[in-house]
Amino acid sequence: MYDSGKVITGIIVFLIIITFPVWYNVARGKANYVPELEYPVDTGRCVADSAYIRAYHMDLLNTWRDQVVREGIRVYRAADGRTFEMSLSNTCMNCHQSKENFCDKCHDYLSVSPYCWDCHIDPKELKR
Amino acid sequence: MAEKPKKPQELVQSIEYKPPRKRWMDTPVEFHKGTFNYSAAVDKLKYLDLPYPRKWQPTEEDWQLPDNWQEIIHKGFKDRLDKYRSFRVFMDICVRCGACADKCHYFIGSGDPRNMPVLRAELLRSVYRNDFTTAGKILGGLAGGRKLTVKVLKEWFYYFYQCTECRRCSVFCPYGIDTAEITMMARELLNLVGLNIDWICTPAANCFRTGNHLGIQPHGFKDSIEFAVDELEELTGVRVNAPINKKGAEILFVAPSADYFASPHYYTLLGYLALFHEVGLDYTWSSYASEGGNFGLFHSYETMKRLNSKIYMEAKRLGVKWVLGGECGHMWRVIHQYMDTLNGPADFLEVPVSPITGTKFEHARSTRMVHIMEFTSDLIRHNKIKLDPGRNDHWRVTFHDSCNPARAMGLIEEPRYVINHVCNNFIEMPENTIKEQTFCCGSGSGLGTDENMEMRLRGGLPRANAVKFVHEKNDVNILLCICAIDKATLPPLLEYWVPDVEVGGIHEMVGNALVMTGENERLTDLRGTPYPEKEGGENV
Amino acid sequence: MHLFFSLAAVLVLLILVFIGVDVVGWRYLFGVVIPIATIISFILGMLYRVIKWARSPVPFRIPTTCGQQKSLSWIKAGNLESPHNIWGVLGRMVLEVLFFRSLFRNTKVSLKEGPRLVYGSTKWLWLGGLVFHWSFLVIFVRHFKFFAEPVPAWVMALQNLDGFFQVGLPIIYLTDIAFLAALTFLLLRRLVDPKLRYISLAADYFPLFLIIGIAVTGILMRYFTKVDIVGIKEMAMGWLNLAPVVPAGIGTLFYMHLFLVCCLFIYFPFSKLLHMAGVFFSPTRNLANTNRVKRHVNPWDYSVKVHTYEEYEDEFRDVMKAAEMPLEKE
Repeated sequence: MYDSGKVITGIIVFLIIITFPVWYNVARGKANYVPELEYPVDTGRCVADSAYIRAYHMDLLNTWRDQVVREGIRVYRAADGRTFEMSLSNTCMNCHQSKENFCDKCHDYLSVSPYCWDCHIDPKELKR
Repeated sequence: MAEKPKKPQELVQSIEYKPPRKRWMDTPVEFHKGTFNYSAAVDKLKYLDLPYPRKWQPTEEDWQLPDNWQEIIHKGFKDRLDKYRSFRVFMDICVRCGACADKCHYFIGSGDPRNMPVLRAELLRSVYRNDFTTAGKILGGLAGGRKLTVKVLKEWFYYFYQCTECRRCSVFCPYGIDTAEITMMARELLNLVGLNIDWICTPAANCFRTGNHLGIQPHGFKDSIEFAVDELEELTGVRVNAPINKKGAEILFVAPSADYFASPHYYTLLGYLALFHEVGLDYTWSSYASEGGNFGLFHSYETMKRLNSKIYMEAKRLGVKWVLGGECGHMWRVIHQYMDTLNGPADFLEVPVSPITGTKFEHARSTRMVHIMEFTSDLIRHNKIKLDPGRNDHWRVTFHDSCNPARAMGLIEEPRYVINHVCNNFIEMPENTIKEQTFCCGSGSGLGTDENMEMRLRGGLPRANAVKFVHEKNDVNILLCICAIDKATLPPLLEYWVPDVEVGGIHEMVGNALVMTGENERLTDLRGTPYPEKEGGENV
Repeated sequence: MHLFFSLAAVLVLLILVFIGVDVVGWRYLFGVVIPIATIISFILGMLYRVIKWARSPVPFRIPTTCGQQKSLSWIKAGNLESPHNIWGVLGRMVLEVLFFRSLFRNTKVSLKEGPRLVYGSTKWLWLGGLVFHWSFLVIFVRHFKFFAEPVPAWVMALQNLDGFFQVGLPIIYLTDIAFLAALTFLLLRRLVDPKLRYISLAADYFPLFLIIGIAVTGILMRYFTKVDIVGIKEMAMGWLNLAPVVPAGIGTLFYMHLFLVCCLFIYFPFSKLLHMAGVFFSPTRNLANTNRVKRHVNPWDYSVKVHTYEEYEDEFRDVMKAAEMPLEKE
């Protein structure tokens, strides 16, 4: 008794599961999608260099949040000595005006749901 | 005769569960007296046409192997990997989690690390890796592989004849790896180069020739049965009929041969005879198929098939409707899991129907053979027999599930139902030692020899210890079982570990309790032990 | 020896990545060639092994029965422990595969004065094994977010569930903690229990160290030294679309993580890890205890030399006759 039917079924189930991302991407047609961000025209004004920001912006914002809310410190001194107000809405989003075309692009791409927006309101949405 | 060098206390003190420092692969096996079985007799091997019959003993340095023995085993190994998915899968998937380690009765009783089921399998697996896997071929020892040498072969012989194929480990294994299956393969490989033990091959050869393990010839068989009929008449005053080789009977009854030739099996035989007479069963014994047990199971696929073939052939010759089987453990492994595949289909038989109750045994509709526990519990359920359990009041009983009916069949409630109706004092042993977790008698699968006594006493320790528990706590004085090997090997085991506990079969208890039409007042039980003088009521 | 060899092997693998990526700069090799080769080798390897098993037949029906058979109508049959139909088999397999039923039975024997053998219940191995496997599965599935665009809702849901307590930033996944704890337990168990140490091979330590390496590098990347995960997803999507890219600025730590994962998957089909597939193939578990109900056919069955009744009667006719037993031929 070989139970070939059951073995073949098992193999097919295994293949479907293991190749799930391939056919899922084909079905959704977004396999080649790479998030394209809307950058501010005026570059070079950011609080840190972009490589750092890409990897560590959540840490930075987390520290800002803690300092402002818990310790009342509102001024951030950058590595090069410039000072900024520690504020997501007023500092960051002053340049990166579109949450939709900047923040969300990567966050959605990687299924990150930051809880910034539990309290903060997207300025653009406010204007509407 | 029996070697009993050590006292129980001494033996217990020698058990150490912590393994030694030296790795097992570097530790050659030593054949200690009392822990192995003698080699098979040449004439018996020749009778069965088994390969390379010769005189040799395990203790000798030179086992006189055929020149190309490694080639034979390699080929045999590959052949079996191709034939048994179980073997191939079990060679590949063990993760050595160790869950099986302390489940083996031989490990519990000896502490020998190679008696952990995982290492027993590694004995083969190491060679498998070396010979059949890429990693093993390249990395050798690092991948857990090793070459097949005479040393390894001796280790195989020692440890695969220290496994009783009881399957307890396979209950606990997360992948159901069954060491019995691995042991079967190993024993087949050993047979290919002429390494066999006498306690398996002699009964097998006898059975092949005369129909039973003991080599009893037809007239001797008839004498035994007739003697039992006479004795039963003396005990009960009822003369029963016990037909032999009767054509046209409705049912062929097959029991293990020990039932009509050994004690305490014999009282179970009296029980069968009384019961069949009382319900008026139209049945027959067969001298040709006078053995339910099948030592071929412990040897090889071929030998098992050769011995088993007799049951169906005889059922066909006698023209019976179906087959009933007696109390025997590994016999039922063969009948339940192998017979239909080996020698079926049994299309010349009918789906078994109890002629007394009309119950159709649907669960046996293909194999067409019914276990006597199923048959008797059905009788009791339908109130077809009158029972006086008071006649067993001198017994405080406990029940030993035999490995194979429990773990290869699932025959768990039927015997308990019968016991509860024929005995008033039934006490279960602790739950980790019964039902699917039952412990082997320590002497199964052909290892029940006198020369192997120390190992048997060690392997039987877990079972005996559970009996001791209920003996001390509940005054249990008899251990019931439904297996011929149990009945043969438990008495010396209990004598060693728990003196004062007897061993008996369930149908002995049925025979005691059975109120037979026209019987005399029972003055003794089937063993001839007088009942206490009446104090009011009858024998209560 | 087995222990240190395994540890050394994993360290060598890590050093290889360091040299390959940081010194020589073979990012394309480690970021594209090896991962794609891994995917192919894993799938082919699994197929090869499973088909090899499947080509050996199951000659006999040999379920290990752990409960009451189905026999008489008034005796309750244990369909999950001794299945008598397909539902019983499926139930038994589900319990075995998803909940490790057999391991749950585990006991520990101890020999006390008397002598008295005591069987204590011990669930640690079951618990450790279960936590390890389930965490691994959840972590594996969470990683789908790197391979699917848009990220499927159920992957997001699983991820949110895993970070349910919203502790830390980034939110700490419960499975990360459970996984590390279980791995530590499984390793310590092998080292501390003398029996386990005795039976353990390099093949047991190596995958443990490999997986520990994967877990540690993964956790470092998520919680400590961050990496550019947008670039990583681009790279991962590239493997599947066969449009490979190696975005700049991905740290060595990621390549280490990736390479260890590749090693694990290449190693998988040729090791004991194959138990993932093997558990489905075990004839003692996946067959119904319907032995006497339905005939099981052995495809390689062959006829053997038997001892027929005629031969038997020929040999014993005289004694049978003397004993007045019925004969076929007088």
